[in-house]
Amino acid sequence: MATMKDMIPAFELVQPTTVEDAIALLNEHGANAWVLAGGLDTFDWLKDRIKRPEVVVDLGGISEMRGITDAEGGLEIGAMTTLTEVVNHQRVRGEFGLLATAAGQVATPQIRNQGTLGGNVSQDTRCWYYRSGWPCYRAGGNTCYASAPLAMNREHAIMGRNRCVAVNPSDTAPALVALDAKMIVQDRRRPFVHDAEDFFIGPSIDITRMTVMKPGDLLTRIYIPATWANSSFYFEKVRDRGSWDFQLVSVAAAFRMSGSTIEQARIAVNGVAPYPVRLEAVERLVAGRTPDAATQDAAGDLAVRGARALRHNDYKIPMMRNLVRRAVRSVSA
Amino acid sequence: MIELWRRTQNPWGQDVLIGVSWDLMWVAVVAAALFFVGHSIWHRMRTKAAHAPEAAPARAPAGIPERIQRHSLAARLFHWSMAAAMLTLLLTAFVPVMGLDIPSWVTIHWIAGVALILAIVYHIIHSIGWQDFWSMMSFGPSFFREGFAHMRHIASSRAPEPKAGKYPFDHRMYHHAIIVVALSAVVTGVIMMMRIDTPFFAMNPYLLSDQSTGLVFAIHGVAGVSLILLIASHIYFALRPEKRWITWSMVRGWVDREHYLAHHDPAKWVVTGDSGSSRQPASGALADSSVSAPRDDA
Repeated sequence: MATMKDMIPAFELVQPTTVEDAIALLNEHGANAWVLAGGLDTFDWLKDRIKRPEVVVDLGGISEMRGITDAEGGLEIGAMTTLTEVVNHQRVRGEFGLLATAAGQVATPQIRNQGTLGGNVSQDTRCWYYRSGWPCYRAGGNTCYASAPLAMNREHAIMGRNRCVAVNPSDTAPALVALDAKMIVQDRRRPFVHDAEDFFIGPSIDITRMTVMKPGDLLTRIYIPATWANSSFYFEKVRDRGSWDFQLVSVAAAFRMSGSTIEQARIAVNGVAPYPVRLEAVERLVAGRTPDAATQDAAGDLAVRGARALRHNDYKIPMMRNLVRRAVRSVSA
Repeated sequence: MIELWRRTQNPWGQDVLIGVSWDLMWVAVVAAALFFVGHSIWHRMRTKAAHAPEAAPARAPAGIPERIQRHSLAARLFHWSMAAAMLTLLLTAFVPVMGLDIPSWVTIHWIAGVALILAIVYHIIHSIGWQDFWSMMSFGPSFFREGFAHMRHIASSRAPEPKAGKYPFDHRMYHHAIIVVALSAVVTGVIMMMRIDTPFFAMNPYLLSDQSTGLVFAIHGVAGVSLILLIASHIYFALRPEKRWITWSMVRGWVDREHYLAHHDPAKWVVTGDSGSSRQPASGALADSSVSAPRDDA
């Protein structure tokens, strides 16, 4: 009988049923532990033999991390809630349609059935140099292969770079930033609440992480306050093919209108930096103005100020400019 | 088990050096702490078995002013700017490794590095043109004589503290060590800057081979770790009660006559004191040459 030797490296699988147990396990094993949510990012890493954790902590049995509940006028979504549940939830669709739309554009229905909201925002970058196991900065090495003069960097960052030029791949991340969501991260002592825009970090803070979470931390819940409920939303994701693809650039925007005037706005763009970029300058620009062509153009131009292309991704600059224009245009009469 | 180096496999499967192990950072921190404790104990024991001071000169030179300028304003400005740059470099280099996030630490780090380079260039020009550069840098017979005397003083409570010229043996040794370590960090740091976005270079991560790049990172890391020890010990001695008069001289510019006569040999650090008096202002405005004549033992 043939013996298959090319297997995923062995690991110990632990399946806690409470957050406390999961935290204890994660802290017991530190950097040797790997958090398994839906498994869609995880098994790429494991099957490619790039990540070789000793212990995999499967969160699938923690019921308290599942489901969507009303909370202080807003919504609290367990990190293990599937994207399909988010997409189909009545209040998410009705009051926070931005998140429902963004979650609905993640990959394919099968992946959304399995993938979780927590996993979607915590997933690692898709830079293929990094995903192929090259010893880049993000992998603990001392080189960024994607920013080299002849590198293939069509999908990489045009802003927020700091040695690493990888981008955040999450579709729901910019929507959560635009909705001013709060990310509840538990460490071994207590829970911390991070604004969504601070939850995602760039390489200038720590080049080996995409979020504030360190080994031993766990994203347990996501709270979406009522602040932007029932606002005018816009989400657009540009990708190479119609489905099952990561964004090249995406925009998520929430507008509170007063007649035909934008009273307040929150706009975030993803796929352009190692983290979802909140466009505060654009938000200030459009506040109090009607979303006419001049405002749209000004918003688009302002959004890309400071953007710098790599060798193969200069198309992202006009793409980002146009997406922001279109977001502002979406609330014009 | 403490590791010395970080190694990885490059995309071609070759085992390459990528830098120094961060274990060494903790080794340096612990070594510095042990040194402080050890020195404090040694100093306390030494104070109890106080030795006879070196015989005072038969006749103190006449006209030694009350305040003797040790560091000109220009020298002090260099010292404190270099200190600010160096501390910034150390904090931005090692605090993130210790697990505390410093936003944009790389940018702050290289800007501090550029400030350090400018300070060093200024120091070299200033010391060659306006200070007794060669006597500080020389390794003449008297340097070794002073070194042996210094070692005897450390080893035996009966051996008196040798009186030095303007720069005592331990200061000169520290200066030599800093030159080697800081210049290693600076040279490798400039090469590393070519791999990141700065206004000075077009970023090119493939400037050197993987092996050479790893060596540059490793030298930079070893220099950085060594600087933890050097800077920590420098601050430690600057804060020690018996050394504070030297620290104050780097703030005020001058030392008083009592300390000058107690710790320095007027024959080696000649003070032509006609310009000084007990009312000499502490402005550092005295010309170096009037109070800090070149060492005659070089």
